[in-house]
Amino acid sequence: MFFPISNTHISPIYLGIIGFLIGILGGFFGVGGSFIAGPALRAVGMDWNFAVGTDLAHIVGKSVVAVRRHRALGNVDLKLGLIMALGTIAGAEVGAQLIQMLKRAGNVNLVVSIVSIVVYCGISGFMIWETRKTLMSQKGQSQRGLVKGPRSKEDHSAFGPVTRAIQQLKILPMVALPTSGIKAISLWLILLVAFVGGLFSGFLGGGAGYIRMPSMVYVLGIPTHLAVGTDLFEIIISASYGTFTHAVKGNVDILIALVMNTGAAIGAQIGAISTQYFVGPKIRVAFVPLPLIGAAVVIYTLMSGHKL
Amino acid sequence: MKKQTGKTLRAFAIELAVYALLVVGYFFLVLNLLGGWLYQLEGQHRYVYAIVAILLVVGQAVLLESITTFLLRLFSGRSE
Repeated sequence: MFFPISNTHISPIYLGIIGFLIGILGGFFGVGGSFIAGPALRAVGMDWNFAVGTDLAHIVGKSVVAVRRHRALGNVDLKLGLIMALGTIAGAEVGAQLIQMLKRAGNVNLVVSIVSIVVYCGISGFMIWETRKTLMSQKGQSQRGLVKGPRSKEDHSAFGPVTRAIQQLKILPMVALPTSGIKAISLWLILLVAFVGGLFSGFLGGGAGYIRMPSMVYVLGIPTHLAVGTDLFEIIISASYGTFTHAVKGNVDILIALVMNTGAAIGAQIGAISTQYFVGPKIRVAFVPLPLIGAAVVIYTLMSGHKL
Repeated sequence: MKKQTGKTLRAFAIELAVYALLVVGYFFLVLNLLGGWLYQLEGQHRYVYAIVAILLVVGQAVLLESITTFLLRLFSGRSE
């Protein structure tokens, strides 16, 4: 099928399947999935600028679908999402500026690649350790079945004591997040977590959900189900902003985004509803390969010189 | 409990099937009715194109889900 805006020939079935896979991942883990969509669009000959912009447009649609489903399940903290969106946008802008600075210094690729590999592997390693410890401590307790209602808000983590210590930091102003079950937490802490996520988003081009979702769980103490839903809500705002700026620069083929979204919308519903059948630590343990995929993409890019 | 889960999954599968049909139909509708206009818009009025692009993806999600819910309520109301 020919798409005149980006001047590319791509099979709509291929786009639909890619969208479907990303939709499932997005709905289940609360990530945008650009680490798959970008390379998948590049693989069929789409220009890099169109791949980034079009991917963002499809992420908006998929996230709206997933958030509506997660909201119906009580998994979205709107207040937290709105605060985080501010931090993410600011972080993304600073990240983009840092890239420009590193470009001028002439070593952008190496610095960004090494930092991202260390961060991705660090997240995965830490999550393996934490989820293993948490699941071991919960051995014997039922981990199966629906976890709807108030129980879905309950989440156990071996990192819990550290998270609670972080929550007790009194850096004014403090905000209450009743939906997430947090009585008071520093606004600056929330903005910092969002800012760091945005910074990586600006560095690497994706939504950086694989950094933000674990940060929400371990630093802010948000239950995993709510972290997934709220991260998706936050992605709607930041990806819409990204879509707008890319569309103005002529980097969005909306027809390709809509085809991807046919698969993604269905996948996102399946992914979102599936979270109800898993407890928090099991969602986190399944999340572990995602940052490793991100690291693998960076290592490939570094070694081959081809940007995926 | 198993029976309840089975019932929930069945309802979800039906909803998903209706939604899938609508999503595919929506794309072909946009392609046929707006394809040429979007191409021109992208070349001439980028700001309008950017807004229309966001409205189309958000509309796809919000509008179609509302229609799906409406259709399912309509059919389940009739079958009762």
